[in-house]
Amino acid sequence: MRLPLLALLAKEPAHGYELKQALEVTFGSAYPSPNIGQIYVTLGRLEKDGFVRAVDVEQSNRPNKKVYYLTAAGREALETWVDEPTEGPRVRDEFFMKLVLAPLTGIADRMALVNRQRRHYLSLMRDLDALAERTDPENRVALLLIEGAMLHLQADLDWLQRCQEDLAL
Amino acid sequence: MDTPVVKATNLVKIYQTGGLPVPAVRGIDLTVRAGEFVAIMGPSGSGKSTFIHMLGGLETRTSGEIWLDGKRADTLSESGWAVLRRQKVGFVFQFFNLVANMTVADNVELPALLGGVSPRQARERREYLLGELGLTERAAAAPAQLSGGEQQRVALARALANHPRLLLADEPTGNLDSRNTRDVLKLLGQVHRQGQTIVLVTHDARVASMADRVVSLLDGQIVDDGAIPRTRRRPSGTAGDVVELHG
Repeated sequence: MRLPLLALLAKEPAHGYELKQALEVTFGSAYPSPNIGQIYVTLGRLEKDGFVRAVDVEQSNRPNKKVYYLTAAGREALETWVDEPTEGPRVRDEFFMKLVLAPLTGIADRMALVNRQRRHYLSLMRDLDALAERTDPENRVALLLIEGAMLHLQADLDWLQRCQEDLAL
Repeated sequence: MDTPVVKATNLVKIYQTGGLPVPAVRGIDLTVRAGEFVAIMGPSGSGKSTFIHMLGGLETRTSGEIWLDGKRADTLSESGWAVLRRQKVGFVFQFFNLVANMTVADNVELPALLGGVSPRQARERREYLLGELGLTERAAAAPAQLSGGEQQRVALARALANHPRLLLADEPTGNLDSRNTRDVLKLLGQVHRQGQTIVLVTHDARVASMADRVVSLLDGQIVDDGAIPRTRRRPSGTAGDVVELHG
């Protein structure tokens, strides 16, 4: 979460709660909403690393709030992040570990594992569809995030089928 | 107990190509109740297309029985099947299969007219279906003037023209992009909620996830048959547990 926070702060200084809201509004309900504690912990670390600086702003009849600014070092870290290609798909897949290893121990058979996993993927897909239905059609970012998750799920399902063909018989 | 809409018993299909028998379907039992939506999945070569074609009488079975709406169908002649399909079955294909030199309206009315309803009834049904599909304005167009998604919606309207007991579809979204897929899905969901019995073959998880029940084929046999479970949900509003971006 460090770099998304730096990116938001590059736009304008903000306090922790504003950053949380900005993430939620931008990415919609499909995005795993960060809790406020996580955000403050991350901001604290970014401050220690010199990427952001906090300024106390006085508020009438409330405690001061901390507003965070991006530093030059922060901007540099952000630029490096933006310029780098992002990691491709994972090769570590928990289900695949289960599929390969569990039958060796006699705990489960592969056909049953694949079948259960397929039903589970389909129920996740059903949830994504419902989520897309509930999402504001104007929120392109949120809808693209959901579509991305759907495409990943389709790929997982196709791969599951390959596993079943090659391993389960 | 209600009569099942589909009942297949020990259904087998063996192709005889160049003297070598190639089994495509190796003993499938399937019962589908009225109002059920069943998705059939499986890798290519698993027999899923052959199976659904046999259910619609588009391919003969080698052995086994097919009962549609309480009527034995596997023993019918080609013309017997044609009559049964007209009365009870709508079929949607991956490549739409619309009649190219007829208008959209005529494509949709044709099955109803062949089925013996009056021209006025056929027109009313067509107007209703095209309206539901958002295609009223395209009624006078030729199929070739339509996008793939529109053509598939017309094909769906045609399949539903005779109020079939059973809607069969073979990869109905296989040739569509994701936006057009969404339109076709919306429509399938709608007719299903109205009680339409649907059996379709798909590799598309979005299509399959709409079904009540998923049947998985492997090597010509059923290896899984059951409902899609409900996922455990967090309290409403936070669906963050649904999406996990990997990477």
